[in-house]
Amino acid sequence: MSDFNKSSLSEIVNLIKSKKVSSSEITSHYIKNIEKGKKLNSFITTCFEEALKKAKEFDNKKNFNGLLPGVPLAVKDLFCTKNVKTTAGSKILENFIPTYESSVTHNLWSEGAILLGKLNCDEFAMGSSNETSYFGNVINPIGKDLVPGGSSGGSASALAANLTPATIGTDTGGSIRQPASFTGTVGLKPTYGLCSRWGIVAFASSLDQAGPMTKNVEDCALLLEAMSGYDGKDSTSINKKKEKYSKNLNQKVKGLKIGIPKEYRIENMPKEIDSLWKKGIDILKKSGAKIIDISLPHTKYALSTYYIVAPAEASSNLARYDGVKYGYRSNKGKNLIEMYENTRGEGFGDEVKRRVLIGTYVLSSGYYDAYYLKAQKVRRLIKNDFDKCFKSVDAILTPSTPSSAFKIGEKTNDPISMYLNDIFTVPVNLAGIPAISIPAGQDNKGHPLGLQLISKALDEQKILNIAFAMEKSIAFKQSLNRWWE
Amino acid sequence: MSIDKNQVKKVAKLSRISLDDSKLESLSKDLASILNFVEQLNKLDTKKTEPLSSVVDKTLEPRIDKINDGKIKKEILKNSPDKNEDFFIVPKVVE
Amino acid sequence: MEKEKFDYYIKTEKNSWEVVIGLEVHAQVISDSKLFSGSSTKFGAKPNTQVSLVDSAFPGMLPVINQYCIEQAIKTGLGLNAKINLFSIFDRKNYFYADLPAGYQISQYKNPIVGEGAVTLDMPYGSKKVGIERLHLEQDAGKSIHDLSPDNTFVDLNRSGVALMEIVSKPDLRSPSEVNLYVKKLRTIMRYLGTCDGNMQEGSLRADVNVSVRKKGEKKFGTRCEIKNVNSIKFMEMAIDLEAKRQVELLEAGKTIEQETRLFDTKKNETRSMRSKEEAHDYRYFPDPDLLPLEIKQSFVDGLKKKLPELPDKKKDRFIKKFKLTPYEANVLVSEIDISKYFEEVIKNADIKLAKNWIIVELFAVLNEKNLDIKNSPVSSKNLASLINAISSGEISGKIAKKVFEIMVETGGEPSKIIKEKGLKQQSDPKELEKIVIKVLGDNSDKVSEYKSGKEKLYGFFVGEIMKASSGKANPKLVNDILKEKLKK
Repeated sequence: MSDFNKSSLSEIVNLIKSKKVSSSEITSHYIKNIEKGKKLNSFITTCFEEALKKAKEFDNKKNFNGLLPGVPLAVKDLFCTKNVKTTAGSKILENFIPTYESSVTHNLWSEGAILLGKLNCDEFAMGSSNETSYFGNVINPIGKDLVPGGSSGGSASALAANLTPATIGTDTGGSIRQPASFTGTVGLKPTYGLCSRWGIVAFASSLDQAGPMTKNVEDCALLLEAMSGYDGKDSTSINKKKEKYSKNLNQKVKGLKIGIPKEYRIENMPKEIDSLWKKGIDILKKSGAKIIDISLPHTKYALSTYYIVAPAEASSNLARYDGVKYGYRSNKGKNLIEMYENTRGEGFGDEVKRRVLIGTYVLSSGYYDAYYLKAQKVRRLIKNDFDKCFKSVDAILTPSTPSSAFKIGEKTNDPISMYLNDIFTVPVNLAGIPAISIPAGQDNKGHPLGLQLISKALDEQKILNIAFAMEKSIAFKQSLNRWWE
Repeated sequence: MSIDKNQVKKVAKLSRISLDDSKLESLSKDLASILNFVEQLNKLDTKKTEPLSSVVDKTLEPRIDKINDGKIKKEILKNSPDKNEDFFIVPKVVE
Repeated sequence: MEKEKFDYYIKTEKNSWEVVIGLEVHAQVISDSKLFSGSSTKFGAKPNTQVSLVDSAFPGMLPVINQYCIEQAIKTGLGLNAKINLFSIFDRKNYFYADLPAGYQISQYKNPIVGEGAVTLDMPYGSKKVGIERLHLEQDAGKSIHDLSPDNTFVDLNRSGVALMEIVSKPDLRSPSEVNLYVKKLRTIMRYLGTCDGNMQEGSLRADVNVSVRKKGEKKFGTRCEIKNVNSIKFMEMAIDLEAKRQVELLEAGKTIEQETRLFDTKKNETRSMRSKEEAHDYRYFPDPDLLPLEIKQSFVDGLKKKLPELPDKKKDRFIKKFKLTPYEANVLVSEIDISKYFEEVIKNADIKLAKNWIIVELFAVLNEKNLDIKNSPVSSKNLASLINAISSGEISGKIAKKVFEIMVETGGEPSKIIKEKGLKQQSDPKELEKIVIKVLGDNSDKVSEYKSGKEKLYGFFVGEIMKASSGKANPKLVNDILKEKLKK
């Protein structure tokens, strides 16, 4: 058997299509990898038997019409999967088995993909290091003591370690791009409304978006194409024709105007990040793009805005976890109210509690105007900044994160320093626009760093193309010695 | 505006989350620091700004009035921690 | 002024107190499926059989709004002469309860779909306008059943997510009887529009009642209490009366009223504080991020307006003008759209004056007695029209008509057939009648002499004898003519 660990998603699709390899072979390969990768703790649930069965079914009745024929994939455990446990990384959903399939995963299976298992994540996607999961923290394959980022930490870790050929995550404030950056992989947060939210455990409804996490840009285009699409079951879904991102992928950058926002040059930013950014700018210049200095003046308010809006929505979204219809129920408490309090007190972890409490507080009577309403107004200002800039530029280039992967436990006692990790990713969610993070280099410790490309709404193709061109020039290499096996 | 232990208790009650007294101190501190952090927004003048509640450039798209769901009692009750054949069961509600 | 006779004050030794009432009526929208999901709204189904994953708030489930419910709300708004807001927002009202699966109710808070309007009440002294503050769409909750087990509450989510319209009045009502008229008027309007069936037994119409009192002549409102979820008009009247008296008692004892939510206990006949529950309530309204603002085009509203049926107030005016009805008669005949339809069908081919009397007196008595609504009347509008025509044409007398009507009620039969079969046709042949008259006069020659000598009262006696002899079928007008003629001689 050839070494599929070097193969990208697109290559695997081609191998299967050209009948050089069967779905069963590929599936068995990844199952072996997953079994050997337990140390990473990137999986919460595996479904090997079912996956092998499906692979065999595919091999017996080959159908190459889909974009992902017979390709096994693991997905973040925030997507509800029919008859497969879905936990959102929380004790409160420890035993929840949905009777339904999320629209996004349904799209993947319709394109021929096969579910390998469910990937660990921060509890209810609240976290930037995958340390808030009830199922334990996830290890970054880059280094034993490093976090993989979050909240799609299990997804990033499994992808970087080749426990899945590609994966999907969700991104509310950076949950795809930051772990992608931390693990040397590609992650894209689509335009709000491009991928259906139906069947995804909600964190903050006005910010949540599912997106692809892949080894390269080509895979990213392919997976985005497979997962996206209008869904009448989601009122915020954008009704438009499906784009052919893979077919239209090219490296034409010449003549494009790339904005460099001065506000992203933050105080105390590590030199390595700054030089990485410069490297990106140089590459684009060489490719014929025009570099333009721009200003997004309200950037510095984005994190504060986010940490009001997201917890507020979360406090309401998480009210349904009350021990009545599904999930964990505490057996303590004499009456309904006590049952609620104990169920939620025992069922939620500390970070979730913090955010639910903050969210409840900022919505409560007497504080709503000062916090929530204010934040919604600032959110408009932040969006206006972007709208204005995209009148004169095609895309914006920024670093993905202010640092490389940090150590496990390093920031758990200081919520604010943890939150600061999302400083470059959060504005994009607030504005509802797409952004992609691609690996662009390593710091002096050898830890990967990412660059982020941002475009106006529904311009995914443009940032994919720019990223595709940059990827070629950067020629990022990451060789892991598979220490976890 | 900051938050003290009593307010945290009140908010926890409103959120229906029981809190360990031992954790109250550190939790109050965390919440206070978060609120302190987000207070920088007050520096901005937003008198003339309309709040933004959705970033999607469209309005609500209604569906037609058709019965095409329900009749899935077993599915609905399946995951419940306490139920009988017909109902969800919860501890007595005290009015 | 006559109005004063109807004014309602609570009189004590010291003072006369005015009662100020505002209503929040919750009216279930008539629609096949729920406000945000495709499950059925039908009443009386087995527990939890009309529940979707959306209604039971499973993780990742999202609401999609029902077009027809929007139309129903707009139509109702138009029926209340209210402003339709072309831009409205759905908010989440957050609170925990066993029958509220999401932990929030989707409602409308700052931007409701319908704004200010007004309803006209027909008071005995004239008309009174009651202001409408707003109407908004919201979801109903499920049902908690407390009496099936001593330790547990059972939850049925069939109602969860059914569309409700909350119609908020201004504090313009001043007595229990005005509240009675107001609720009935709302119900009539919504039934005309087909937007709410108004069935209070099934909970399709219920209200939160806000009550405050103030001294007669005082301009400022007193502190109000809200009595939650009263589900019959009678209970509303009782609750207002009890609550107003409670407040007056407190105020006269020098105490103050605390603004609070109260519960009307129909068994103990008292209103009771729900403060324990209230304390924890802080609904934390915010725009539902799963839904976008609702924008409606004016042309859409205009289209609905064109299709509206004639509403009770207009119909009443028309009935009074066109058919010369008294306001009372018109009110009765427009109180339900089906009654008005029935009436208009009857008078297409029959005398109006007879028709209104037959409907209001005879038909309503029968419907009442049999507890039927007019749609299920055993006497069809066509048959009633035939009966009335038989009277008008002299085929039968009014008296015989009642006999025929009784048979129509029992059998549902056509009057012409009944008249024929039972031989009830009026005797209108002058020659035959003359024979009877001559015979009766001949048999009573002594009385004829008495009559002729001035005892004119005997005229009625002769008529009675003649009717008897014809077994009631003689045409009274002809009998009159012939009898007068004969007695002259």
